[in-house]
Amino acid sequence: MKVVGKKTQRVDGKALASGKPVFADDIPKKDFLYLKLLYSPIAHGKIKNIDISKALALEGVAAVLTHKDFKPHYYTTAGQGYPEPSPRDTMIFNPVVRFVGDKVAVIAAESIEIAKKALELIEVDYTEYPAIFDPEKSKDNEVVLHPEIKNDPFLFDAQRNLASRITAEYGDPENAFDSSKYVFEGEYSTPYAQQAHIEPHITLTWLDEHERLIIRTATQVPFHVRRIVGEVLDFPISRIRVIKPRIGGGFGSKQEILNEEICAAVTLKTGRPSRIELTRKEEFFAARSRHPQKVRIKMGFDEKLKITAIDLNILENSGAYGSHALTVMSVTSQKVLSLYKAPNFRVHADAVYTNLPIAGAYRGYGAPQGFFALECLMDEIAIKLQVDPFELRIKNFFKEGDEIPIASILGEGREGFKMILHTTGIKECLHRGKELMGWDDEKKRLNQGEIKQGVGLAAVCQGSGIPGIDMAAAFIKMNEDASFNLMVGAADIGTGSDTALAQIAAEVLEVSVDKIIVYSSDTDLTPFDTGAYASSTVFVSGGAVKKAAEKLRLQILDQGQKLLDDPNAILEKGKVTTGKKSLSYEEICTKSFYTEFQMQPMATASHLSYDSPPPFNATFADVSVDTETGIVTVNKIVSVSDCGQIINPKMAEGQAEGAIPQSIGMALSEYMIFDKKGRAINTDFDSYHIYTAIDMPEIVAEFVHTSDPTGPFGAKAVAEIPINGPAPAIANAIYNACGVRIRELPITPEKILRGLGKI
Amino acid sequence: MIRFRLNELEIEYTGHPGLTLMEYLRSIELFSVKYGCDTGSCGSCSVLVDNNVYNSCMILVESLHGKLIETLEYLDKKGEIDELKESFLDKGAIQCGYCSPGMLISLVALFRINNQPDESEIRDTLAGNLCRCTGYVKPVEAAQL
Ligand code: FES
Ligand code: FES
Repeated sequence: MKVVGKKTQRVDGKALASGKPVFADDIPKKDFLYLKLLYSPIAHGKIKNIDISKALALEGVAAVLTHKDFKPHYYTTAGQGYPEPSPRDTMIFNPVVRFVGDKVAVIAAESIEIAKKALELIEVDYTEYPAIFDPEKSKDNEVVLHPEIKNDPFLFDAQRNLASRITAEYGDPENAFDSSKYVFEGEYSTPYAQQAHIEPHITLTWLDEHERLIIRTATQVPFHVRRIVGEVLDFPISRIRVIKPRIGGGFGSKQEILNEEICAAVTLKTGRPSRIELTRKEEFFAARSRHPQKVRIKMGFDEKLKITAIDLNILENSGAYGSHALTVMSVTSQKVLSLYKAPNFRVHADAVYTNLPIAGAYRGYGAPQGFFALECLMDEIAIKLQVDPFELRIKNFFKEGDEIPIASILGEGREGFKMILHTTGIKECLHRGKELMGWDDEKKRLNQGEIKQGVGLAAVCQGSGIPGIDMAAAFIKMNEDASFNLMVGAADIGTGSDTALAQIAAEVLEVSVDKIIVYSSDTDLTPFDTGAYASSTVFVSGGAVKKAAEKLRLQILDQGQKLLDDPNAILEKGKVTTGKKSLSYEEICTKSFYTEFQMQPMATASHLSYDSPPPFNATFADVSVDTETGIVTVNKIVSVSDCGQIINPKMAEGQAEGAIPQSIGMALSEYMIFDKKGRAINTDFDSYHIYTAIDMPEIVAEFVHTSDPTGPFGAKAVAEIPINGPAPAIANAIYNACGVRIRELPITPEKILRGLGKI
Repeated sequence: MIRFRLNELEIEYTGHPGLTLMEYLRSIELFSVKYGCDTGSCGSCSVLVDNNVYNSCMILVESLHGKLIETLEYLDKKGEIDELKESFLDKGAIQCGYCSPGMLISLVALFRINNQPDESEIRDTLAGNLCRCTGYVKPVEAAQL
């Protein structure tokens, strides 16, 4: 291959590096209204009375909208395929508020200052209700968060506060546990954590000269935004255009219809262009975060240390609304059961409502929570049985040709599809990682004095898109200088997918990447794509691009053959040739446009995959624990992945290098804290610490090669897999260093000291 | 009247006194200056003030009398970031690119006083620029020209 797998600079890199105005907010804002939201100060209650008259009277205030301005309509803010498998429990504004940060009203004013001033002039009387903050107490509590919702097929049981439930069973787990030689069990938990993309949520809306609603927004799901805004505001899709410019990171948080509907409502109401941007503080409580989960795993083994059964029990805190509640824990279950072969298993997962901020999609989407549990337990088992942690894992991995039964039992809110594992490089990942980590050089590790050094590992997997659901389309047309316009619905949110897709097209068409002009994600101009989530872009959208490029290649060949009057002419290296005579792409296209066999060479293709081949990864951590202070320092992380054929090596490494600190953060420093009234306390980057350039350990990210028959050029997904391993590897390394086993993230110095018996 | 030099322009500022430099720069469409936090923690809004890196969200325009302010647009135009830019592209140091202008500003300030910084000096310099995409691995590599 000439382009795929080869070093290729980002197609948008130059503009980004020069600070060019390419992000959502980087446009002139003449006549714009600036929006500010009023949030509920209480965790649960009903708006008895809301008086907006003083705010409206303030000079420069153009509109104030509350629940009174909208017909009651329930939807979900989760930007998922239709029908979304998340409960429809959300209204644009609701007279009942369910967490500190629930939206109460929006102010539209001539400036942000005026909007802020007007916020203080809205008077709201609340009747306060008791609130639930502990997910363990939510189910069957007498306090009910959504008592009024009936007959929503994706809300499991509103009266019991159960947003979603999953149950699945395979084989006969009961019996298998009874006859197992060993049975181990552990309970693990993970906290609320923030995606923390540096560009906040930002949306601009206006009406164009044809009275069509333009939504320029930082989103991962432009087509879902169009559909859901249309639904919520009862406005025809034909009159909505969603434009996704460059995005400053999403990590799942922008897989949400967060403010687009509100901004659009203001524009429709006032006729004015409108802008809403969340402050960093608002990001912490009003946007989304990772679903906290308590995961209990029970595993049975026979005398040969083969797994006999797995029992997986999940309690997920969905927060006040059920966005992604079902699907996140369904991914937890799917991924945990896709790594090791268990002939029997059982899953029971409940997502409950609490009066806390809304959780949502975050890179890994349930898998990080699940693998923290699974891989810590595997470590505990290896230690208890005194067996090699590598061997214990390798013995039990799914092998090529195996069917992964959970895939067909559990899909995305419905039954799944049969999945055969075509490729797995997990063993190679483990071996390579072991080497890179210097796992066997035990002597080099410090173990004197109060500083103890240790190493730990985790093996993990993920998926490549949502099988049978994620659909992507591409359109490609040829220009007379042999350049090509590639139009894709796929949303590059900073991952570099535009570049990867250009490489795929260039490879098929045998041209250099600079000949491919990519335009992505504009609902007027590009074909449909479900969006940038579930690690789907290279795998699914890449599949569409490959097909479209192949069709176009055939067309070019056909035109060339006609022009050369030789049906045996072949296409090679950017020309069609008979051996004696040849025509360049330029000549073929120019003739096609202007003189002979006139037509526009162009092709479209759609792609959907019933396979979602798991990428695999082994992550190793080297940590030092200060047993006096309890402070953990991560010295090194080694992350080796099998993502099939890598399309762009630097970008793939970059995905791992960026995912690792997010997971280290989840393990050690990143967690949202709430006070007794449910108010988020650490709502800035000083109190919610994400890793900086000086906190970073040494990072080694590598890939082993496989080539999956179901992906474009053998590719599997890259984006999420590297986030699953670091947290469990760190917890295992801490145990290795100082003998303290922490099953509840975050791992704070206090927990370490308590584990050491020092406090 | 507040007078200062902004890139190649002499400015006489008569606007609203409470405005931060970040708000001002974005309002005149110098969009390389990004909003990320407004607590001075992320560095996306970095600019040079008299050769030093400042988070423009933390300074009021009022306080800039007599100063020289440079944004990335200007450094780019002058060619001062050409080499860094090329290296960032070549090493794959740009992902979403939202933090990149801030990082480049910090690095320019460093290079003006030290043209052969080592890795730890680069890390110290970038400590004020939060990036959620790269883990700083490739930016740090790219800055080692
Ligand atoms: S916006 Fe100024 S430091 Fe973050
Ligand atoms: S590249 Fe995205 S924040 Fe740095």
